[in-house]
Amino acid sequence: MALTQERVDERLRAAFPGASITRQEGPAVRDYTLHVPADTIVEICTFLRDDPELEFALLSFVAGVDLLPNTPRFEVVYSLLSLTNNLRFTLKVALPDENPRVPTVCGVWPTANWHERETYDFYGIEFTGHPDLTRILLPDQWVGWPLRKDSPLGYQEVAFTHNTPNRTKPAPSLTKLKPKKVKYRAQ
Amino acid sequence: MTLNMGPQHPSTHGVLRVALELDGETVLRAKPIMGYLHTGMEKQAEYKTYTQSIPQTDRMDYLSPMSNNLAFCLAAEKLLGIVPPPRVQAIRVMLVELTRVSAHCVWLGTHALDIGAMTVFFYCFREREKVLSIYDHVSGQRMMSSYVRVGGLTMDIPEGLLDRCQQFVDEMPAHIDEYEKLLTKNPIWLARTVGVAPLTAAQAIGLGATGPTLRGSGVDWDLRKKQPYSGYETYDFDVPVMKDGDAYSRYKVRLMEMRQSVRIAHQAIARVREFGEKGEYRLRDFKYVLPPKEEVKTSMEALIHHFKIVAHGFFPPVGEAYAAVEAPKGELGFYFVSDGTPRPWRMKVRSPSFINLQSLPTMVEGRLVADVVTAIGSLDIVLGEIDR
Repeated sequence: MALTQERVDERLRAAFPGASITRQEGPAVRDYTLHVPADTIVEICTFLRDDPELEFALLSFVAGVDLLPNTPRFEVVYSLLSLTNNLRFTLKVALPDENPRVPTVCGVWPTANWHERETYDFYGIEFTGHPDLTRILLPDQWVGWPLRKDSPLGYQEVAFTHNTPNRTKPAPSLTKLKPKKVKYRAQ
Repeated sequence: MTLNMGPQHPSTHGVLRVALELDGETVLRAKPIMGYLHTGMEKQAEYKTYTQSIPQTDRMDYLSPMSNNLAFCLAAEKLLGIVPPPRVQAIRVMLVELTRVSAHCVWLGTHALDIGAMTVFFYCFREREKVLSIYDHVSGQRMMSSYVRVGGLTMDIPEGLLDRCQQFVDEMPAHIDEYEKLLTKNPIWLARTVGVAPLTAAQAIGLGATGPTLRGSGVDWDLRKKQPYSGYETYDFDVPVMKDGDAYSRYKVRLMEMRQSVRIAHQAIARVREFGEKGEYRLRDFKYVLPPKEEVKTSMEALIHHFKIVAHGFFPPVGEAYAAVEAPKGELGFYFVSDGTPRPWRMKVRSPSFINLQSLPTMVEGRLVADVVTAIGSLDIVLGEIDR
C-alpha cells in the first residue's frame, strides 16, 4: 500500500507524543502541512529521514515567511521529499518577532546549509548550530533583512552613489507597506 | 595558496566565484561565492500581480524560459485550483521539451568549450538557434518568451508552427548523432570526464541534487514520471539513468535526455494536430483567466472581466501551494503563500542550479584545479537562477 500523508502524520504524532503538532487547515492549503515546535525540529527531521517506512531522504527547500501583523511573526517552511515513497510533506515552524531562532537541520540533510543561509540572509532568522551562517546572496556588509515585510522595496542607496547627495530617500515608517508609487516623468 | 576562480572567469558560466584553497595543483577546499547577479526577484514578486511576475521568471534560467514560465503557472494554477484544457497542456509539453533540447545544447556546447572541444559549440548553437526562432515565431521573442500564462497561453500558436517544430524534431536525432560522434568516444573527452567530479547517489540525495546530476549518480528520479504534470503520464518515454556519478555519466544522461525529449515532442506535436492547429488556448474561467480578445470586443461581460483582470489581477484564495516541474537543470519549483490579494504574499523559488551547485565542493575537493572546470560545466548551472 502506498504511503499517504495521513499515515506520515499518524507516525509522527505517535513518535512524538509530547510535542504539539497541528495540521494547517484552510480551503486552499494545497499541500499537507504540519506545524511542529521549533525546539524538536531536528529530532522530527531525523525521525522522518531515518524511519524505514517514511524515508524522507531529500530536503526539497527551506523557506522563510514573514506574516508581519500576526504573531508569531515568522515561519520557516521545510519541504521534504521521499524518493522511495514518491511523497511530499511540509513542515512548518513558527518563530517570534524577537530573536527568531531555530536549530539547524544541516546535520540531517547537508543541503540545508545553503537553504538556511539564504533564509538567514533574507529574514535574519538565526539557525543555531549552523556551521557557516553568513550572507549568501547579498553582500556581507549589507544592513537589514530585505525580505521582511517592514523593509519595503526600493529606498536602498544605489551602489556607487555614496558621494552624490540626495540620491537616497528616507525609509518610510514601518506601517507603510504598500508598494512605492512611481511617478513617470517625460524625459 | 588561495585562488579566486571568477567572478570573471569564462568557464564559470557567468559571475560565479569559487574560492579555491590549493596545495600545488590539488584543491583542498572549494567555496562557491555567488550573489553578483542577485536582483531580488522573490521580493519583487511580492509587489507584482501573478501575471506581472511571469516575465521575471524568464530571466531566472534564461536558457529555458518556457520551463520557468510553466513552473510558475503550474504553482499558481494549483493555488487557484484550476486545470488548463488538454490542448494547452499538449502545446506546453511540446514547447517545454524543445526548451530542454535547446538548454542541453547550450550546456553541451559550453561544457565542451570549457574542456577544449571547440567545434561542438558551433554545432550546438546552430540547433539552439532553431529553437530560438521557433520561440520567436510562437511568442515574438527569441529568449524571453513569457508565453505561458496562468490558465493557458498568451495567444494561440501561429500558422505553420507545428510544421516547423516537426521539421526540427525530425532533424534533431541526426544532430545528436553528430555530437556523439565528436565526443562520446573521443579519447581527450574521455580523459577529461571519466571518473572526474564524482558524486555518489547518497551524497547527491543528501545534497538535494536533482535532474541530470541526480540521475547521473544512478538515482531513477524524474518528476515527469514520478509526479506527472501537464499530462506527462500519457506520453511514452524513458528516463535515462547512469550509475557512475562522474562528469561523463552526466554527459551521457543529458544526451539521452535530448533524444527522449525529441520523442516526447513528436508525440506532443501529433497530439496538438489532433486537437487542431487553431483552437482553445485558455481556460474559460474568467475570474482568473483573460477572455479571448474577440469576445472582449463583442461581449459586455467579457469586457468587464478583461478590465478587472488587467486592472487588479485575479484574486486567489487564502492559502499556499508548491508545484515543481522537471526543468532541464532539475526540480524547479515555486512556492506561493497567498493572503487573498492579487499579489503573492510570498514567492519562493526552488531553483535547481542553486541547489545543485552546493555539491561542487564534494566533487572537487582533493582533486586537480583543471577538474573544477569540468565539475562546474557538468553541473549545468545558470547564474541568473542561482542568484535570482
